[in-house]
Amino acid sequence: MSSPEILFGIYCPPHPQPLLSPEASEGYGRLRDAFETCRKRIEDSEADLILVYSTTWPSIIGHQIQSHPEPEWVHVDDDFHYLGSMPYKFKMDTEFAEKFRESAESRGLQSRTVSYDGFPIDTGSIVALKLLNPDNKIPACIVSSNMYANRAETIVLGKSARDAIGTQGRKAVVVVVSSLSNRMFTEHIDPAEDRIHSAKDDEWNKKILEFFGEGRLEDLSQLSREIHGQIRVQKVVAYKPAWWMSATMGQHNNYTGEVLAYEALHGSGGAVVVLTPSEGSVGDKEFDEDDVEHYHGDRGVLDTGAL
Amino acid sequence: MAKGEIVLGCLAPHPPHVVYAENPEQNEAFAEGGWETLRWGYNRLARKLKSIDYDAMVIFTPHWQTYIGTHFLGLPKFKSKSVDPVFPNLFRFNYDISVDVELAEKMCEVAGESGIVTKMMRNPDFRIDYGTITSCHMLNPEWDKPLVTISSNRNAHYYSPEVMNEQASALGEACARAVEESGKKVVLISSHSLSHRHFVTESPLPEDMSREHIYNHSQYVWDMKLVELMRGGKMREVIDIMPEFTEQTIAETEAGGLTWMMAAMGYPEYPAEIYGYQSVIGTGNLIAAWDPIEATREIVL
Ligand SMILES: [Fe+2]
Repeated sequence: MSSPEILFGIYCPPHPQPLLSPEASEGYGRLRDAFETCRKRIEDSEADLILVYSTTWPSIIGHQIQSHPEPEWVHVDDDFHYLGSMPYKFKMDTEFAEKFRESAESRGLQSRTVSYDGFPIDTGSIVALKLLNPDNKIPACIVSSNMYANRAETIVLGKSARDAIGTQGRKAVVVVVSSLSNRMFTEHIDPAEDRIHSAKDDEWNKKILEFFGEGRLEDLSQLSREIHGQIRVQKVVAYKPAWWMSATMGQHNNYTGEVLAYEALHGSGGAVVVLTPSEGSVGDKEFDEDDVEHYHGDRGVLDTGAL
Repeated sequence: MAKGEIVLGCLAPHPPHVVYAENPEQNEAFAEGGWETLRWGYNRLARKLKSIDYDAMVIFTPHWQTYIGTHFLGLPKFKSKSVDPVFPNLFRFNYDISVDVELAEKMCEVAGESGIVTKMMRNPDFRIDYGTITSCHMLNPEWDKPLVTISSNRNAHYYSPEVMNEQASALGEACARAVEESGKKVVLISSHSLSHRHFVTESPLPEDMSREHIYNHSQYVWDMKLVELMRGGKMREVIDIMPEFTEQTIAETEAGGLTWMMAAMGYPEYPAEIYGYQSVIGTGNLIAAWDPIEATREIVL
């Protein structure tokens, strides 16, 4: 297998404001500009694949991978429907999607591709692909975030993405769609007065961005459980995006990190970050968390204990 | 104008599997059957509904999740295709539904007056969720009654199941007042499973019933505890233990549907009609109804 060529990674928020109402606040406008910078970077690169992991696409039956060659629909967000509709037509790399599924299965994961007319692609993926790749110059692939998956499964999913990029010889840009702190205001607000929901969320977001800025992606991955406990609304079992991103990009801290924007999105923390692989590193650490190569399923702790 | 009333409350789980197994012409997927205990229970409840005079169905759905208040469908017609994001292999349903916008606006208004954050949904491109479609199709396959769909505000995520219980109760009480003021006869639908842990794998033939069973026994025991209380007409107690039940079984009651419906119906002290209980991909699903009129209330199962 050739070593996977990942040109750079992008971490960006799922909310629709940068796409639908960038003029509503200066912050949304700055996020939009940051997406725009990323779009140009992608265009100027030699990328031939945009691989998206979206926290707003939950799955239950393993890990779903979008493989419709040209998914097309007019999407409306559950909460922000009044901001307008999001018509989309994307170009997917179906060959890569199948290889990604095979890689995932070969590492013990349950996985399937989905290719159905009218399949509801999620808000986060739509926002990212419309802003980062508006003319579909580069084929894309989207993978879901399994509701029940925890660290081992998510790391292995990242490694299987990495395998597939390597075996397919793709030059990939890896996109993770996720907010930082994800608590929104529970009331309708004036966008011009948008701010991070609490000082604690803001402080944690800034700490995470400090790590991103120093290129310390694997350190963030190691901190995922803490981040989940501190600033994530407990909708799912864990904060997974840093696990997947780091596993996909190679589990290290050797990146040039650029925080292009950090703004509030209805109270949640939205940042656009670029991580480009580099030579220097913040240093090799001894990490607390186990590494894992193959997913063996639930460990059956209770069954074992009863023996 | 005569006062409006709630003529029936239905607990109507929405695994898309039951629509898939029925093979209605609107659904693109084809099944060799499956989940009969639920489907036949649904068929029987649908027959009962045929004998009831009502103007609209009001459904509270976990699959329109909102974090900024409670939203109501606010346009008279929605026609499109609903594809289940989790089970697209089973559910790709072409729908054509009518909404009772007047009733929806009334509910939105009364809920707003009682301090609940609300919003009418007026975007014509909005896609109807598969929870609404599955429950409504199984209860009324002719689709000859208008709907009101209410989104589920995720208080359980943002705060706790206790807060969910409080807020869903307040919404239920507001909706009951709105029904009264509307002068309409309304069927309420709480659309969800009970225990809600799924298997993360699917058998090659999803309708292969030799593979279907509850995720684990503790989920089953909890579900049966609720059924027993419902049979005994102890709905206040059901709602009181709702936070614990929800946490213990990761129940789909977390969205607030049952609490909303029971609060709207004044926490019935009469027995629920039980139409069927079966697992679907490991989750526990109960079909039940609350008939306020003693003369028509039945012991079904
Ligand atoms: Fe559901």
